[in-house]
Amino acid sequence: MRDAGLIGEASATSSLRVRTRRNARLREALFALVLLAPSIALFSTFAFYPLIKTFYLGFFRSDPFGLSASYVGFDQYIDVLGSDRFHRSLFTTGLFALFTVPTGLVLGLGLALLAHQKLRGMIIYRTIFSSTVATSVAVASVMWLTLLNPSIGIINYGLKETGFEPINWLGDPEWALPAVSLTTIWLNLGFTFIVILAGLQTIPEELHESAKVDGAGAVSRLFNVTLPMLSPTLLFSVVVLTINAFQSFGQIDLLTQGGPLDRTNVIVYSIYTEGFRNFNEGVAAAQGVALFFIVLTLTLIQFRFLERRGFYGN
Amino acid sequence: MLKQRGAALPDGWSKPMSRIELRNVNKFFGDVVAVRDFNLEIEDKEFLVLLGPSGCGKSTALRLIAGLEEPTSGEIIIGDDVVNDVEAKNRDIAMVFQSYALYPHMTVRRNIEVPLKTRKIPKRERDELIAEAARWLDLEPLLNRRPAELSGGQRQRVALARAIVRRPRAFLMDEPLSNLDAKLRVKTRAELVSMHRELARTFVYVTHDQVEAMTMATRIAVINDGALQQVGPPQSVYERPANTFVAQFIGSPPMNVVRGTLVRDGEAFAIDVPGGRIPLPPSLGPTAAAASRADLLVGVRPEHLSFDGGPVRAQVRVVESLGHERHVICDLSPDEFAIVRLAADEPAPSVGDTVGLTAHPEHIHLFNPETTERVS
Ligand SMILES: Nc1ncnc2c1ncn2[C@@H]1O[C@H](COP(=O)(O)OP(=O)(O)OP(=O)(O)O)[C@@H](O)[C@H]1O
Ligand SMILES: [Mg+2]
Repeated sequence: MRDAGLIGEASATSSLRVRTRRNARLREALFALVLLAPSIALFSTFAFYPLIKTFYLGFFRSDPFGLSASYVGFDQYIDVLGSDRFHRSLFTTGLFALFTVPTGLVLGLGLALLAHQKLRGMIIYRTIFSSTVATSVAVASVMWLTLLNPSIGIINYGLKETGFEPINWLGDPEWALPAVSLTTIWLNLGFTFIVILAGLQTIPEELHESAKVDGAGAVSRLFNVTLPMLSPTLLFSVVVLTINAFQSFGQIDLLTQGGPLDRTNVIVYSIYTEGFRNFNEGVAAAQGVALFFIVLTLTLIQFRFLERRGFYGN
Repeated sequence: MLKQRGAALPDGWSKPMSRIELRNVNKFFGDVVAVRDFNLEIEDKEFLVLLGPSGCGKSTALRLIAGLEEPTSGEIIIGDDVVNDVEAKNRDIAMVFQSYALYPHMTVRRNIEVPLKTRKIPKRERDELIAEAARWLDLEPLLNRRPAELSGGQRQRVALARAIVRRPRAFLMDEPLSNLDAKLRVKTRAELVSMHRELARTFVYVTHDQVEAMTMATRIAVINDGALQQVGPPQSVYERPANTFVAQFIGSPPMNVVRGTLVRDGEAFAIDVPGGRIPLPPSLGPTAAAASRADLLVGVRPEHLSFDGGPVRAQVRVVESLGHERHVICDLSPDEFAIVRLAADEPAPSVGDTVGLTAHPEHIHLFNPETTERVS
C-alpha cells in the first residue's frame, strides 16, 4: 500500500513536470511569434503576397487591350515558357551572364590581388576600385551612354586614333549585348573587388610564409594557397554575379531598351515589356515565376557552398 | 613516437655545411627596434635556442634567417654565402611555425608533399620520402585526413614531417611546442632532441620557456629588448649569467638580486646587504675589489640559500608548497626580499619566524649596478 502511494505520488509529480515543461515551450513559441511578427508582416506584404499574386495572375489570359482576363489554368504557363520568344530571351540572359560573370570575376580578383599588396598609398587604390559600389545604375548608364556614343564617345575616339573602325556600340545588333555587358561588369566590379579583397584578408599570412620557405614562388602560391583558400569567396561571388545578371534591368532600359532586334532583351526586360508596354499581365507573370525559380535554384546552390565553408576553418 | 632509423642516411643528407651567421644585423619596424646589432654564429649541426621574453625579437631574428624579413642593415650568412639577397624559397631551410601553418584545404599527405612538389622532385621519389617522414612521425594512419580533423599534437607532427621531408640544410622552429599540453610538451621535447641527433642538421629554435631552452639546447642565446645578452651552453649560462637580466630570466624561481656594499672584513672581503653581512670567498673578494666600486648587486639563487642561522637576518613572509619543493619568501628589509628554495623533506620555518640565512659562498654572483654586467 505504501509503495503504491509513493509510486502514485511520483507519477503525479512527473506528469506535473511534463505539463510545466509543455507550458514553458508554448510560452517560448508564443514569444518567438511576437518577436517575429514585424518581419512576418513585412515579408507578407512585400514578398509573399506579391509572389502568390504573381502565380495567380499567370493563370489568367489578358485580352489584347489588357482588360478583362479569362482563367486558362496552366495553359498560359505552358504557352509562354514553351514559346520561342521566351527561349530567346532566356538565351540572351544566359549569354549576358556568360559575358559578365567570368570577366567580372577575373577582373575583380586581379584588382583585389593588386590592392592586397602591402604598398604605400594602397588605400587610395582600394577606394578607387570599390567606388563603383557607390554608383547608381542610372548614373553608370548615363556615363557609359556618353562613353559609348558612336560620334562623340571617347571609346570610338580611341578606336579611330589607333586605326580601328568605329563601332555603333548600342545600335549594332552584334555589339549591343557586349556593350551592355561592359557597363554591367564595370558596375559590379566594386562589389566583386570588395568581396574578394575581404576574402584575401582572411587568409593567414603564415600560410604564404610557410609556402615561401617551402620553395613556392608567387605563381605557385597563387594556385596552391590563395585560390584554394579563396574558393568559397569566389563561389559566392559567382552566384551573386549570376543572380545579378539574371535580374539586370536598369542599364538595359537606359542603354538599349532591349533592342536592337531584341538582342539585349533579357528576361527582366521582357517581363517589363509584356507587363507595362503590352499590358499582357498574365504573360509577364508566367515569365516572372520562371525567373523566380531560376534565382531560387541559384540561391540554393549558393547556400550549399556557403555551408561547405566551415570546412576550411580550424 | 619517433622511430629509430637505420644507421645509413639516404643520399640527400650529405649536404654542405649549414653554419648560420648574423653579422651586425639590425631590424627596425618604423621606430621599433626588433633586432639590435646582432652578432651571432650558429655552428653546423648545432641546436641553438633563442630565448627571451615576449616581444624581445626572437621571432624576428628567426624570420631574418628564413628570409621572411629583410634586415635593415647587416649581413646574414648561411653556409659560405651571404644570403641577404636570396629569397626565402631558395635558402634551403625549413621552418615550423607556432601555428603550424598547415594548409587547411589539403590532406596531411599533400601538406607534406608541398616542399617536394615545389622543388620538382619526381612523383616516385616524393611518395617514398612522404612514406618515410610519415613512418618517422607516426602519421601513416592520418595521411588522408585534413588538418581540421587532427588534434593539436598530431598537427604539430604534420608540421615537423613537412619540415624534415625535404631534408633541408637547417631547421627553424618558432615556439612549436607552445600549443601542446604540459605532458605532450615534455614528450615532444625529448623527441626533438633525438630528431636533432639523428638528422645531424642545424636547429634554430625560438622559445620564451627557459625549461625548453635548458633541456634541448647545445647553446642558448638569451635576448632582451632586441639585443643579445649572452650566448653559451645551458649550464654555463645558468652558472655564470653575464648580467642581471640573464641571471633572473634563467632559473625558477628567479635569482635573488639585492643591493649591497663591498667592505673589508679583516683580511677578507664581505658584502653588506639589508639584513646582514655576507662574507665573500677568497676567489671573489679581490675581483670585486678590482671593480673599484663599493656598491654592487649581489645575486644568489634560491637553491643556494639555506636556513642555518647564518649571518643575514630575515623574517618569513610566505611559505609556498609546490609538492616536490617549497619556496620560502623572506623579508630582508621593508622593500627587499629573498626567495629560498627547499626540498620537500627539508624542515621549513613558519610564517613570522625570524631566521638567519646563509648564502653558499661558491654561488654568489656580483653585478655592476650601473651596467648590470657581471663583475666576477
Ligand atoms: N611586422 C611588424 N611590424 C611592426 N612591428 C613588428 C612587426 N613584427 C614584430 N614587430 C615588433 O618587433 C618586436 C619584436 O617582435 P617579435 O615578434 O620578434 O617578438 P618575439 O620575441 O617573437 O615575441 P613573442 O614571444 O611574443 O612571439 C615587437 O616589439 C613587435 O611589436
Ligand atoms: Mg614570436
